[in-house]
Amino acid sequence: MPTVSMTVNGRPATGEVEGRTLLVQFLRDQLRLTGTHVGCDTSQCGACVVHVDGRSVKSCTILAVQAQGCEVTTIEGLAAADGTLHPMQAAFREHHGLQCGFCTPGMVMSAVELARDNAGLTEAQVREGLEGNLCRCTGYHNIVKAVLAGAEAMQGQRPAAAE
Amino acid sequence: MANPTGIGAPVRRREDIRFLTGQGNYTDDINRANQTYAYVLRSPHAHARIREIDVSAAQAAPGVVAVFTGRDMAADGVKGLPCGWQIHSKDGSPMAEPPHPPLAVDIVRYVGDQVAVVIADSLGQARDAAELIEVDYEELPAAVTSDRALAAGAPQIHAEAPGNVCYDWHIGDAAAVDAAFARAKHVTRIDLVNTRLVPNPMEPRSYIGEFDRSTGEYTLWTSSQNPHVIRLLMGAFVLGIPEHKLRVIAPDVGGGFGAKIYHYAEEAIVTWASRKVTRPIKWTADRSEAFLSDAHGRDHLTTCELALDENANFLALRVHTTANLGAYLSTFAPSIPTYLYATLLAGQYKTPAIYAEVKAVFTNTVPVDAYRGAGRPEACYLIERLVENAARETGVDKVEIRRRNFIPPSAMPYNTPVALTYDTGDFARCMDMALKLADYAGFPARKAEAARRGKLRGIGFASYIEACGIAPSNVAGALGARAGLYESAEVRFHPTGSVTVFTGSHSHGQGHETTFAQIVADKFGIPIENVEIVHGDTSKIPFGMGTYGSRSLAVGGSAIVKAVDKVVNKARKIAAHMLEAAETDVEFRDGRFTVAGTDKSLGIGDIALSAYVPHNFPLEELEPGLDEQAFYDPKNFTYPNGTQICEVEIDPETGVVRIVNFVAADDFGRVINPMIVEGQVHGGLVQGIGQALLEHAVYDPDSGQLLSGSYMDYCMPRADDVPSFTVAYHEEAPCTHNPLGVKGCGEAGTIGGAAAVMNAVVDALADLGVTHLDMPATPERVWRAINARRPAAVAAE
Ligand code: FES
Ligand code: FES
Repeated sequence: MPTVSMTVNGRPATGEVEGRTLLVQFLRDQLRLTGTHVGCDTSQCGACVVHVDGRSVKSCTILAVQAQGCEVTTIEGLAAADGTLHPMQAAFREHHGLQCGFCTPGMVMSAVELARDNAGLTEAQVREGLEGNLCRCTGYHNIVKAVLAGAEAMQGQRPAAAE
Repeated sequence: MANPTGIGAPVRRREDIRFLTGQGNYTDDINRANQTYAYVLRSPHAHARIREIDVSAAQAAPGVVAVFTGRDMAADGVKGLPCGWQIHSKDGSPMAEPPHPPLAVDIVRYVGDQVAVVIADSLGQARDAAELIEVDYEELPAAVTSDRALAAGAPQIHAEAPGNVCYDWHIGDAAAVDAAFARAKHVTRIDLVNTRLVPNPMEPRSYIGEFDRSTGEYTLWTSSQNPHVIRLLMGAFVLGIPEHKLRVIAPDVGGGFGAKIYHYAEEAIVTWASRKVTRPIKWTADRSEAFLSDAHGRDHLTTCELALDENANFLALRVHTTANLGAYLSTFAPSIPTYLYATLLAGQYKTPAIYAEVKAVFTNTVPVDAYRGAGRPEACYLIERLVENAARETGVDKVEIRRRNFIPPSAMPYNTPVALTYDTGDFARCMDMALKLADYAGFPARKAEAARRGKLRGIGFASYIEACGIAPSNVAGALGARAGLYESAEVRFHPTGSVTVFTGSHSHGQGHETTFAQIVADKFGIPIENVEIVHGDTSKIPFGMGTYGSRSLAVGGSAIVKAVDKVVNKARKIAAHMLEAAETDVEFRDGRFTVAGTDKSLGIGDIALSAYVPHNFPLEELEPGLDEQAFYDPKNFTYPNGTQICEVEIDPETGVVRIVNFVAADDFGRVINPMIVEGQVHGGLVQGIGQALLEHAVYDPDSGQLLSGSYMDYCMPRADDVPSFTVAYHEEAPCTHNPLGVKGCGEAGTIGGAAAVMNAVVDALADLGVTHLDMPATPERVWRAINARRPAAVAAE
């Protein structure tokens, strides 16, 4: 069985996997990072979204071995070390952007990337940008509100030099 | 508002932190030591005889621990999955109730029917080994749609159900309805399909069965809406395990919408097999399996007619429905197209005579049961479609025809001709709120403006009423329910002033940990941080019925209030003793017991301490402790109601329907947490919109293959398919018979949603002569409807 090594949430992670093992299976079953969820088998729901080298990726669509040497961030790695929520997480709570919580990790990870890539997001952009993430509970209304607010908070946090 | 975290406050949810940081604890997140994995082999045929199953190669495959078939389970005394509601036909005969083995024995009856289970060290090994199982099937002709199943010479699905009929039931006064139709000035008639849907909670079903040899105890972790119900059904009826040897835990559950109410085969399989292999067994559905094995919803064929007099007053309603129940009876299936559907056919209207016939049919498809709304969206859809067509046909405005026929508040309590008693409701008030928010008066201008842009604009209403919190138990029992319909609560006031509440309700997105804590903190006058809500574990919570049918607050919340009141009453006695006053002189307010007219008082925390350290305590009169339990059995249903208004714009060139505005004005009685309630409305509305525009579970009518069996084919609503919503509440007609005055809000959006959208779509197309369109109103269907009526235009293109 191949050995795979990557950095997950800032820590080195190594494991033996089958060639067919998906990244999401490696994260959930071997690293026990169960915040990343599996909601479908056709790469359509986005419950499994994580960041790989800073880009959001459906972790059910890549093999664990493809993430060899990559920097992976999961929902468990988003808040600050002291537990302070990421502005996007805080906005989801403030605007009731989650109900059962199952789509939430993927939704938040997608939203973070969306906000990072687009200054001055509009409602239409959020709705389009979240096309790859299904939520059956919220009807999206509050998710959209949360993402807009979270994006604004992220802008506020960004150091001027980075603009 | 005295208490910023009390009743009526939009308190942010306490459950959010764990979900937002990846610390949720869903069943598939749980791993037990030495755990194995189950893979269920399913039937590829809609109907077939199993001649032989050869599992020898699978048994010998790497990592395989065991392989079991239906015969193994039957030989071990495992019984079929039970049905929780018995309907009687018109002629008094009980419904056909064929056996439903967890793994098929001899015959498979739908694509997805369970045939065998492989248990292995890893899921991959179980899956690989399942491919080595050889099943020799003799294919049989299938009856896939309900009309084909009812046709003469149709394939027989169960020996116990001649003609594939489960029951042929009716309600109402047929003679009165016939007489009213005979003198009617106008009759509006629609033939409609209420489409089959797949509920699709985002967390697929997941179970872990574990057997402890040293104690003889089984534990089942299950993604269920009602752990005690599962323990009762599976323990008593299927596996023969007594309650004290079976613990059922429903941890975090990722949405339910009805689909996770029922006792499913895989729960029984992993629990039973965990003893055989003496290792824990995990089974989690993948999404394709969920499509083939989660109970589906709706699937009605209906003919309905509304009789009106010369002033557009409704005289009578006549309904004939054929309900597709699928291949077996799911847990509550028989009650859905009967007591949760036909009893709602009065809607908000004073229609004096109603008669409905419902024929329930077995077909070679996935079993059908309650899905969000459960019978009530089907009722609302036909009533509201009839009302708007009747308005158009009689030339009376859709607002005016409703106003004329609404049951007025002065008529409450109101007995409908279909067995319900509405307690409160001010239907015109809710409609007026919605009219204002939707700017109904401005619609003609908007329509004209859209027409100038070449777009067709329509507006549609749904004035819905629903019955929530089925009750009382004895009445439901007389109608065929085989379960009680109360809810339980235990309130444990601890010695140092914190409180743990154990509730029989279950939260799978509804936010009970917050809402229930608000109620308890408010009633006791203590900080919300001091209250913990525990649910979902039969070893902790009292026997309760779980969460479905928008019942948690109305029934479960009422049980909590009852238990809180018992605690306060006992605390008052203790306070009277400690304050040396008469009990009747002791008042309780904001967490303190005070002797009326004095400044002598004690906090409830002081009372609690003395209840557990009973040194200064009336021991002759009271037992120590401050821990009370309550069971609440409601006196009646609650009746949430309201009006939803949807406005659409259709592009005649593409047939695409865009929702440009959606308003909901709802009467949910008293609102405990408006933020959470609003979220429930949004989510419900999108499930209604999904049915109207996107979703459809489609079977090949010949082969019985589910054609829409994945997210590639089954169109789930996504963020850019739906609008934002305007939601308002009417709180001045609280429920009259529960202590909180609450009615329930979980299903309202879905109950009205599809009707409002379809009424808007038909309204937009009405000028072209369209009078009805079946769901889903896909671009293709809409485009065809438009172009069928303007052949010249098409020819010119
Ligand atoms: S699990 Fe659904 S997209 Fe990855
Ligand atoms: S919160 Fe339940 S699926 Fe999104």
